[in-house]
Amino acid sequence: MIEKALKGGRGYWAWVAFLLVVIGIGVTAYARQMTIGLGVTGMGRDISWGVYIAQFTFLVGVAASAVMLVLPYYLHNQKAFSKIVIVGEFLAVSAALMCMLFILADMGRPDRVLNVLLYPSPHSMVFWDVMVLNGYLFLNLISGWAVLGAERKGVAPAPWVKALIYLSIPWAFSIHTVTAFLFAGLPGRHLWLTAVLAPRFLASAFAAGTAILILITFILKKVAKFDAGPEARLKLSVLASYAGLANLFFLGTEFFTAFYSNIPAHMHSLQYLFFGLEGHAPLVPWMWFSLITGIISVGVLLSPPLRRKNGALIAACIGLVVSIWIDKGMGLVFGGFVPTPLEAIVDYMPTATEISVTLGIWAIGLLVLTMLLKTAIAVKTQE
Amino acid sequence: MSQNRREFLKKAGLGALAGLGAAAGLFPAFALEQTDMSNFTDKPVPGKVRWGMLIDTRKCLGNCTECIVRCHHDHNVPDFGKSKNEVKWIWKSGYENAFPTASTQFQNPEVLERQVLTLCNHCAEPPCTKACPTEATFKRWDGIVSIDYHRCIGCRFCMAACPYGSRSFNWLDPRPNIKELSTAYPTRMRGVVEKCNFCSERLVKNELPACVESCPEKALIFGDLNKPDSEIRKLLAANETMQRKPELGTLPSVFYII
Repeated sequence: MIEKALKGGRGYWAWVAFLLVVIGIGVTAYARQMTIGLGVTGMGRDISWGVYIAQFTFLVGVAASAVMLVLPYYLHNQKAFSKIVIVGEFLAVSAALMCMLFILADMGRPDRVLNVLLYPSPHSMVFWDVMVLNGYLFLNLISGWAVLGAERKGVAPAPWVKALIYLSIPWAFSIHTVTAFLFAGLPGRHLWLTAVLAPRFLASAFAAGTAILILITFILKKVAKFDAGPEARLKLSVLASYAGLANLFFLGTEFFTAFYSNIPAHMHSLQYLFFGLEGHAPLVPWMWFSLITGIISVGVLLSPPLRRKNGALIAACIGLVVSIWIDKGMGLVFGGFVPTPLEAIVDYMPTATEISVTLGIWAIGLLVLTMLLKTAIAVKTQE
Repeated sequence: MSQNRREFLKKAGLGALAGLGAAAGLFPAFALEQTDMSNFTDKPVPGKVRWGMLIDTRKCLGNCTECIVRCHHDHNVPDFGKSKNEVKWIWKSGYENAFPTASTQFQNPEVLERQVLTLCNHCAEPPCTKACPTEATFKRWDGIVSIDYHRCIGCRFCMAACPYGSRSFNWLDPRPNIKELSTAYPTRMRGVVEKCNFCSERLVKNELPACVESCPEKALIFGDLNKPDSEIRKLLAANETMQRKPELGTLPSVFYII
């Protein structure tokens, strides 16, 4: 079926070529990182994780959000999603792939990555994360591909596919819960040491991921003349609005607990992120932009007349994605390291090499997504 | 026939192994690394020994850096200066940095200005070993938290897990930045995590850790915390001591007299 991804117009190939150029830049930057070491990044002894782990965290959420289509369609028979369930599944595949590439890019000795399987350590959350992420990628790829193949032949999917799809639903929740547990179980990192982290991860994932899905339906409508239909978009926008609301609520509870209890260690990271700490405030404008954009976007999505307008819906979805990307793809990871265990305040700034590798991995994910969606739409429109 | 052949190979193999073993035992020069066998009279029992350190901050004063220089030299710790790529095993921190949750209000100003030696705490409940996905960092039978540099994948999870900032990552190739090469301990490669090892390479030779030995003020006391009559236990019983961030339940093996 994948051969269908090799047939496209000029715009399609221009997009693919653009992605290949970005991938090329990313690979070059990665080669530099492999030659010199992770010292070429902005990370250091104090801020020991940076953009890579932050992107990983954000993208696990995007991967998990496929369940926002799979669950209503397969468990609640929401026919409105019939055309785009496959979009969600393939988005999950490409996001999970990017997650793994970001982990690889972050590793000091990627040549030893198989040690994770060679010396399985169930006490380590990384071990579980590797298990669930790989499992999720293959669950979505196999079930999505099998359903699509059956559709091409005009037959019903094999019975075992249903089992995989049902399995993928709790699995989606598990990937983001385990990702939260990577952070939430570490003593002495107070921004992360909170029981609400896993619920908040799920809420922000279902908000940002669903918003991305809505945006993809608009893009497909424009570039591929493939319309998921306004009903599907409307249903998704309701899901995104409540997930976004839950995310804001959880953020509010974090503020309450930290500032009402008045425990310095609990307040420090939030102070650093939102108000600045001892003169260090590099992320303050970003965090306020994220918070305000998030509130406005959720407000628009919650209003029935506004979310029916395509322009407002698109703007709100972009706003929600950007807001959560700043919060989760930057603030959460960088802020968690400040102050350091020895009470130092250290700022982190990614380098050009680091950003190039990051863009390269995003481009790889987008290329895989483009080819998978191209195949899916060719089958669905019987080109 | 094939049965006989297998038997023969088995016996020949065993014979060769035994021969090699005997040769290594009879002629110590045959062994790859000489080991003081007197230290291995008993099979190690996990948890029987728990090495610990007591730092008397009253004696550790001024700008003395003997222990740091000696440790970093002996262990081939590279010098990247005070940059983000810094690697360090033992260093001095301000009192409030080392003990951020200790009471500082109206505290004796002399105490607040003290520089406190900080190093890996070799916790009895180490969060770093729990976070490691490959068992590259692990707690030894004698309580030392150790690292297998050949297994570490460089994910830096242990660094995020350590609440004391005791771990360093080799962001760049450390070897060109080693000022004077020491033969006491191997160098590391780029991309792995390292930290204080309580001088396990010296303990096996019945020697005290390098920092303890080099301290001109005798401010560092090293010993077995599980032995009630050890010097360290007697001093712990006789003095008011502190551990770093005891509220986290990591049970550090490094103690401080303030």
